[in-house]
Amino acid sequence: MTVADVVRSTAPNSEGYFEFTLGEFHFRRDEYFVYISWPTGSHMMSVDAFLRAMQRDVAWDFFYGTVNFDGVFGTVNHYGTVDIFAGRFNDSYRKAELDYSENHETPAIRETFKSILADWTNAAFDPFASPHETGAAFGIKNGDNDSAVTRRRIAARRMVAVPGDEEIRTDESGFPVNRMFLDVDQSEPVVEVEPGFEGEVAAFNLFAYLSRSDVTWNPSVVSQCKDSLFCPTTEEYILPIIHGNDRVEWFVQLSDEITWAVEDRDTGAMRSRVTMKAGDVAAMPADIRHQGYSPKRSMLLVWENNSSAIPDLIASGKLPTYPIEF
Amino acid sequence: MSSGKPAAGGGTERSEYTTIFASLDNFDKGGVEIINDDARHYAFSNLFEVASKSKPWEKVAVAKNLEYVLEAVRAEGVSEWRTAAHDEFAVCMDGEVTVDLVKLDSSPLSADAQGSIAVNGEPAGKKMGRIHLKRGHQALLPAGSAYRFTSANPGVLMMQTIAGPDTQYRWAEICQTA
Repeated sequence: MTVADVVRSTAPNSEGYFEFTLGEFHFRRDEYFVYISWPTGSHMMSVDAFLRAMQRDVAWDFFYGTVNFDGVFGTVNHYGTVDIFAGRFNDSYRKAELDYSENHETPAIRETFKSILADWTNAAFDPFASPHETGAAFGIKNGDNDSAVTRRRIAARRMVAVPGDEEIRTDESGFPVNRMFLDVDQSEPVVEVEPGFEGEVAAFNLFAYLSRSDVTWNPSVVSQCKDSLFCPTTEEYILPIIHGNDRVEWFVQLSDEITWAVEDRDTGAMRSRVTMKAGDVAAMPADIRHQGYSPKRSMLLVWENNSSAIPDLIASGKLPTYPIEF
Repeated sequence: MSSGKPAAGGGTERSEYTTIFASLDNFDKGGVEIINDDARHYAFSNLFEVASKSKPWEKVAVAKNLEYVLEAVRAEGVSEWRTAAHDEFAVCMDGEVTVDLVKLDSSPLSADAQGSIAVNGEPAGKKMGRIHLKRGHQALLPAGSAYRFTSANPGVLMMQTIAGPDTQYRWAEICQTA
């Protein structure tokens, strides 16, 4: 499926935005809100929150497990197909039998979401930026911001700074130090390489690399040990989605502080609050969903096991939902 | 409060910010506030607290996801030489650590071996190079190489690797349990 196959209205609405359809789901926006409808109900979200969530879902290619845009609407990744749902992980919707879900081939939902994001993001708004760093998402159609919503996803194959792999960030490559990390040491490690080993002796300043990230809440791979992925990210304000796990993931707080609201993945019932300060390490069990709050831009290492076998092992009960028995 | 400056979003933000990193001598631990769960499911610990109670170069697991681990290592003095059949990575979380690398003429490990092992004596092979790490720096420890760390003062490394025979498990000691 390509962009040309996306189902959208023949003309923009009175606010200048196209409307979109995927299966039985229909999407439209006006100055302030997004309106989502499906055969058993409808829903409204602030366009600001919707576009921030949509941006992550698209950038992560639907990520691991569930991306809840809020307590009603979201997606579940099956790695080849994606469920789009309303009320599926909301106890009230389930009990009222008003929940609704459709499964689509990944390219169909990917292209639809990319088209919505491109059309509904105005020139002044960057969905990846913190509220202090961007203009408003609201108002009638006013240009676009394609360069912001189509940023390249960074995924080192071995490690950042290894020759031929992802490069470090610099002023010259368009990544100035973020205003909240101006005090982070920018010196790169001294690397002495013997002839013939230029491709294997490598190091970089991870903290400087993160201090130059131009996005928030967007894990990107900096090193890979087989299926073990280091996915650090810089966080400010609120994680725009509520992430529902299909596997255990781990957090290492590298700087500053984040508080996580942790809920039951399926019902949304509160399970805990996790406060992480620099150096803290915590697992996020495979049956929870979480949303983070970062008062100041912080550095977070998200550590993932990328094995494709895990979701089925968790779902079938062959693996526990928590990582350690002690 | 410090003086402010206009932000792009229309608000006013501070004119400068201080980034908080932690160290062996200065860490402030958060925690899990349980509402309806078991604290042990989060295996909550702190890298610097673990390293502060470890012997030099002990490899203490602070995170585990099936065969993969993150290890907290107290860097102090000169380590033994070690090798793994797969890439590993070391992040210097505190202090200054030098990494010496040698390409082993012959690896004692099979190609599919998991985790690192100690190399007996001095490694036989070509010198690959040396890396000088400070806080926040990350180094590749290439598959098939032997590596040795040196740290004049106590520091902390975080290792991205696979559990091996020398990985230490102290979950009940290091993790919040209630």
